[in-house]
Amino acid sequence: MKMWGARKVVAGVDVGSTQTKAVILSPEREIVGRALVDTGARLNEAARAAFEAALEEAGLSPEDVEYTVGTGYGRFKVEFGDTQVTEISCHARGACFLFPNTRTVLDIGGQDTKAIRVGPGGEVLDFCMNDKCSAGTGRFLGAASAALEIPLGELGPLALTARNPVTITTTCTVFAESEILGWLARGRKVEDILMGVHASIASRSLSLLRRVGIEPELTFTGGVARNVAMVHLIREMSGVPVNVSEESHFCGAIGAALFALDHVLLGERAGAAVAAGGQ
Amino acid sequence: MSTSAQEILGTSRREGRRLMDLWWQRMTEAAQTGHPAAYVFVMAPLSELLLTFDFVINAPEITSLQTAIRGQSQAYIQLAEDYGFSPDICGYVKADVGVQLKQGEHPYGRVPKPALVVTNNVCNTYIKWAEFWEHYYGCPVFTFDLPGWRGRESLREGTEAFRETFENDCRYVLGQLRELVELCERVTGKPFDIDRFREHLREANRMAELYHAVCDTNRHVPAPFNAPLEGVTYQGIANLYRGTPEGTRYFELALEEMRERVRLGMAAVPDERFRLVLVGTACYSHFRRFVELFSSWGGVFVHSTYMVFAGGGFLPGFRYDLSRPLESFAEQMVRATYWGWTGAMFYQQEWLDQVVRDWKVDGICFHGVKSCRTTSTGLPDVREWMRVQRNVPGLFIQSDLVDPRLWSDAQIKNRVDAFFEALAAHKATAGR
Repeated sequence: MKMWGARKVVAGVDVGSTQTKAVILSPEREIVGRALVDTGARLNEAARAAFEAALEEAGLSPEDVEYTVGTGYGRFKVEFGDTQVTEISCHARGACFLFPNTRTVLDIGGQDTKAIRVGPGGEVLDFCMNDKCSAGTGRFLGAASAALEIPLGELGPLALTARNPVTITTTCTVFAESEILGWLARGRKVEDILMGVHASIASRSLSLLRRVGIEPELTFTGGVARNVAMVHLIREMSGVPVNVSEESHFCGAIGAALFALDHVLLGERAGAAVAAGGQ
Repeated sequence: MSTSAQEILGTSRREGRRLMDLWWQRMTEAAQTGHPAAYVFVMAPLSELLLTFDFVINAPEITSLQTAIRGQSQAYIQLAEDYGFSPDICGYVKADVGVQLKQGEHPYGRVPKPALVVTNNVCNTYIKWAEFWEHYYGCPVFTFDLPGWRGRESLREGTEAFRETFENDCRYVLGQLRELVELCERVTGKPFDIDRFREHLREANRMAELYHAVCDTNRHVPAPFNAPLEGVTYQGIANLYRGTPEGTRYFELALEEMRERVRLGMAAVPDERFRLVLVGTACYSHFRRFVELFSSWGGVFVHSTYMVFAGGGFLPGFRYDLSRPLESFAEQMVRATYWGWTGAMFYQQEWLDQVVRDWKVDGICFHGVKSCRTTSTGLPDVREWMRVQRNVPGLFIQSDLVDPRLWSDAQIKNRVDAFFEALAAHKATAGR
């Protein structure tokens, strides 16, 4: 058993709609393991797989973990976990861990986009989320990727080469596919269509950000933060610098692990309020 | 607990159920016998006048929400959509249209055909809804043109502008009331009995007083009732039994019970941690779940805007002048419209500000209704005002009144849970 002094590590597991992330945190708040797997249909198995892969990276076993917090839509499926905290609180906490001066967080995930205003300790002051459909979320990019047959990872760089972007008007992810095909049929370049798709998501995200108020520093988290075109557009439209970390994708899991660490070090922290309201 | 205390607790729920059953019995009998029924809306219920002519009163908003509480609204809504109504149209309208298309068949009984429809312009969908009944049944429709909106400043009491506006508006509404009286006489063949009308007003005065006293019991910590749960019965009785001895007796019992609960320290939500206000309605197709999402965190709704604007038009200080019944009735209609448009439905922040203070509220839940623009449009502004001006946290969620297809459990739970996590932090910070 690997110990830090007399203490063990903690874990955060973020079961998202498309991917599941796990992070192992030392008592010194150092990330010692991380893993990412596709969520699929069996949420508990995805949670377990990510957790074990993160432990393997850290060279640890489940017995080394003192406390585990589940987050994300599948948080109640982290059956080996000790408690649950929403990803809104976790992204806020994680963003402030990665960039301590963060006051505004934008998280674009697979089916949710969240704008969060945070206090100095990472506590949530206010938040807004997308309307209850997936317009303006990562799923919108997934639809474009499928319609244009371009891997997700190539969308951003290609979009940045656009010279004459189209305007995507539909807000429905399903209808967006037909709109993309319509632009293709009219002979528009793929990069111009792609930039239109990105701009559509960015503009909806900015609307959420404005609702909570954009106070620097702005930190962009979630899987879509890895998309360079999206980072470019958010920076341009918000008019403020945008923090993006290599660990952005793990931000929710990091926040969950920080709440777990609170529990170990401080007992139940008021801000964490981890005595969740049940399923 | 003494025997008398045990007898008191639960009486309002039992009596509420009995009165609602009785109302359905009267509705069903009217459907069978052809006894005249009047359709009327909760934001200007007019029961005192209609009861004077012995109408059985149908409040379609109530029958629609009851289809949802019984888990059957989707089938009715689907019927209305098959008939041609768009998914964007008010869920209450479509649930009712579904009931009408099934010849009044309802999970609780049978809805009678309308002998008369009385509507108003407080919600513009009311007018289109009434058009459906007019076309479907060929019944007379009386639409009140209720003057409310002049901009907020002209509706401030105590000014000369207010006095002039109010007097003109009262004359305008009184004229319409007299027209309605004539129509009621024609439809029922009965002459207007002003003394009987006066008796209904007398009961309504007493009932309004009791209604507010019941609402006031929730100022106590812990709150003795949960506004959406008990409140839906209060609103039902306040609308359907307004101006009747049965309705007055009901609120006497409810007040007695709530005071007893306060005396015994009985909380609507055990281990009350957060006191909330609900702006809008609950989602009735997921009624229990809606309340449970909050109560599982120790959250209790101590008040709701719906208890005000759908509470039978009862205003704080409501009282008819029995020496001039029709004139006073017109004045209350005008005042209720002013209040509805400047306090309970729009410009809610002033009312909320007061409730937050007096009911010791920690946060506000704004429930946007997908199929209702009227009640949903201003919510983000009010939420922002309360957050910025008063540092009161607000949660915005969205579903529907009665359409279960617009309820996304995981998304709503996620927002509610995050709100409570933030609220706990907010409370901890404020307490330091």
